[in-house]
Amino acid sequence: MEEKPVQGRRGILKAITLGVPGAWVTGAHAATAPAAAPGAPPSPHAMPMAGPPGDRTLKFFNANEAQAMDAISARLIPADDLGPGAKEAGVTFFMDGQLAGAWGTGDQLYRQGPFEKGTPEQGYQLSFTPAEMIRRGLASLDVATRKQDGKPFAELSAEQQDAWLQKMQAGELDFSPLPSDVFFQALLEGTIEGFFSDPMYGGNVDMVGWKLVGFPGAFASFSNDIERHGVIWAGQPVSIATAKAHNMMDGDSHG
Amino acid sequence: MAKTLPAVDVAIVGGGWTGAIIGKELAAANQRVVVLERGEARWPSPDFQGPNVHDELKYTRRHALHQNAASETYTFRNNIDQKALPMRRWQFAYPGTHLGGAGNHWSGAYYRFDPTDFNIRSHYTERYGAKIFDADLTSQDWPMSYDELEPYFDRFDYLIGASGQAGNLKGQKQADGNPFEPWRSRPYPNPPMKVPFAPALFGAAAKGLGYHPYVQPSALATRPYVNSEGLHMSACVYCGFCSNFGCEHFAKASPQVCILPVAMKMENFEIRTGAHVLKVELTEDKKRARGVSYVDAAGEEVFQPAEIVVMCAFSINNVRLLLLSGIGKPFDPVTNTGVVGRNYTHQTTSGVNLFFDEATNINPFMGAGAVAVTMDDFSADNFDHGPHGFVGGGYLQIQVVSGAPIGYHPTPKGTPSWGSEWKKQVKRYYNHSASITITGSAQPTRGTYLSLDPTYKDAWGLPLLRITYDFPDNDIRMSAFLTEKGDEIGRAMKGVVRTEPGPRKKPFTATSYQSTHLTGGTAIGDDPNTSVVNRYGQVWDVPNVFVAGASLFPQNSGYNPTGTVGATAYWIVEKIKADYLRSPGPLVT
Repeated sequence: MEEKPVQGRRGILKAITLGVPGAWVTGAHAATAPAAAPGAPPSPHAMPMAGPPGDRTLKFFNANEAQAMDAISARLIPADDLGPGAKEAGVTFFMDGQLAGAWGTGDQLYRQGPFEKGTPEQGYQLSFTPAEMIRRGLASLDVATRKQDGKPFAELSAEQQDAWLQKMQAGELDFSPLPSDVFFQALLEGTIEGFFSDPMYGGNVDMVGWKLVGFPGAFASFSNDIERHGVIWAGQPVSIATAKAHNMMDGDSHG
Repeated sequence: MAKTLPAVDVAIVGGGWTGAIIGKELAAANQRVVVLERGEARWPSPDFQGPNVHDELKYTRRHALHQNAASETYTFRNNIDQKALPMRRWQFAYPGTHLGGAGNHWSGAYYRFDPTDFNIRSHYTERYGAKIFDADLTSQDWPMSYDELEPYFDRFDYLIGASGQAGNLKGQKQADGNPFEPWRSRPYPNPPMKVPFAPALFGAAAKGLGYHPYVQPSALATRPYVNSEGLHMSACVYCGFCSNFGCEHFAKASPQVCILPVAMKMENFEIRTGAHVLKVELTEDKKRARGVSYVDAAGEEVFQPAEIVVMCAFSINNVRLLLLSGIGKPFDPVTNTGVVGRNYTHQTTSGVNLFFDEATNINPFMGAGAVAVTMDDFSADNFDHGPHGFVGGGYLQIQVVSGAPIGYHPTPKGTPSWGSEWKKQVKRYYNHSASITITGSAQPTRGTYLSLDPTYKDAWGLPLLRITYDFPDNDIRMSAFLTEKGDEIGRAMKGVVRTEPGPRKKPFTATSYQSTHLTGGTAIGDDPNTSVVNRYGQVWDVPNVFVAGASLFPQNSGYNPTGTVGATAYWIVEKIKADYLRSPGPLVT
């Protein structure tokens, strides 16, 4: 992959890192940050922990699946005038890590049969693990778009992609035995998780999800702020990888 | 062939609040005690230390402290005409596992049940006439009164370092406290929590409407505190990682912080982790427990003989273990006979989502599990139920639990669920929204019960517990009433531009979280035909088996359960110490 730093954004990030007064308080960085060009690779400067994007190894997705996931996540949470989207946040890498790991294999999912449809109130009743569902769903989507539009999903226009996603969400695509709306919901949940979880999981690169909303991340001590009603917190968000470790023992005085 | 271990005096199933309380007390009374905990050991240091514990994905989305649904879940159906299917992943509640159980990942919202919770049937009948109860309700009085339990509530307060402002000291109303609070013999050991912005706005609006808001009592210490066991707690720092997380600060009360370090210094007290109890073994006449069988961490089956067995598993898991062990007669809703599994309830929760103007910065991440302003004007029987035609009630509050954004990114109804417009609305409202939480009581019916599932099994090949539940009409009417009151307050709050009331509707769904307050199934009572255990938690049919925890509740209160769980655990163990150890046998005849 070609590495192309997004200069404008880098400048803003630098200002925040240096603690320029007001950069965070006003949220001006988000309003003035130029949109990452759709389709542009993620900025290497937005991935301090992961190294250049070309070096990130995929553990679950093949190249086609990763392209599709990039394209899907870029429509679910687009890069726009509010800042980077899910693709720039590395959601594909987040999903890749999750699907390759214990969660992807269904380590928290009750998988004994018989499998029956049930009522809506009984919830998820399919046999697919997350990994099985995403792999199968991406393959079905690929078949469907090639058949109708002659191209894989990732190569369609944004408008075409949105139309496919809307149909998928409405359950109108036949991906049987996988209901397309269930597949869509898994993609959406995974994308939101990747956009907002700690960057150590591969997504939310440079904490762009947290910066969008003003969440301080793993920073967590508000004794002195909680009764300053209505005052925007002006600190810097931190991730688990960059936060200072501490170790309290029974009887330590605190706060 | 199971390995048989040397006998102990007391085998306790489960290492959460009730197991820790009862185990420690019996060890102090010179009993050889073993606590069998299916999960792993977890300690505030190092397991819950920052920054690693501030991980929403791990603890909330991937259930690090929750029962693993892959190996043991519940099946669910709304009524007996449906086939129950397994909850394949957790959504409706988060049952706990690992040492400390749900006492680790709880929020610390800390209430006592109201006096009328204990005599609900007789109290409402006396005040409103028997017709206030719909015909389908099976709500029943507890065998003991609030006044009898008060010393045990008090004891639990000082164990956990409860924080709050007393509203009623020995019958004397106190300024700034909750005027509806049941009487208490001593003040809270620690002062109330700090008040974040959204709860303050709620309190101002509620007060303006003539209600009586107060700062919610909490099990989070508000200053350095040495508890009744001589253990140290530190002040809460309002980190916003509380519900679903372990506490790094020794501020949120848990068995690990408040009891276990003392118990573990006793030579005759042992915690055995990785011990997954399969059943209580009975004598041939089924009138006495011989001990418990469990699978150890290496997969070997072990028989632990014991003179006394105390069931302290996560609430409704106690019900399952009794059913698997053949203790007590299972409830049959068709014939309306039997008791084990009867009167299961959840918690009738609802809410009002509030959206504020952009000048009102809520800072939703500055909070704690139990930092809230609450009002009890519509709780219990604090208002005239006559015109409304339902029993029960609930509190209204704003609490600031978590701003962790995977779970918290509210948008107004009508917002697309993805795309640039979604992103714009998430950014617009993240720091400008809050929710009024309504926690309502839950009445049982003949159709709300627990039983063994005929089809689905756990990882050890044993039947899963089957939940059959839907809301009674009574609770739906209550929820509509309470939620309308909440909406009225929300509309009166400064800065609010939009309210979205969400009263609870039928059918109950296993797909949305509604608290982990799963109660009932081993009701405590005076009548063996409608209860599993007598007033001291002793199983009617097998007197050397005791049950503790929320499965004792004959129905659920509008108040969170842990205060009453702790008080009843002390109530039970004090009776065992005072009478049972001296003269084992039925404590009520």
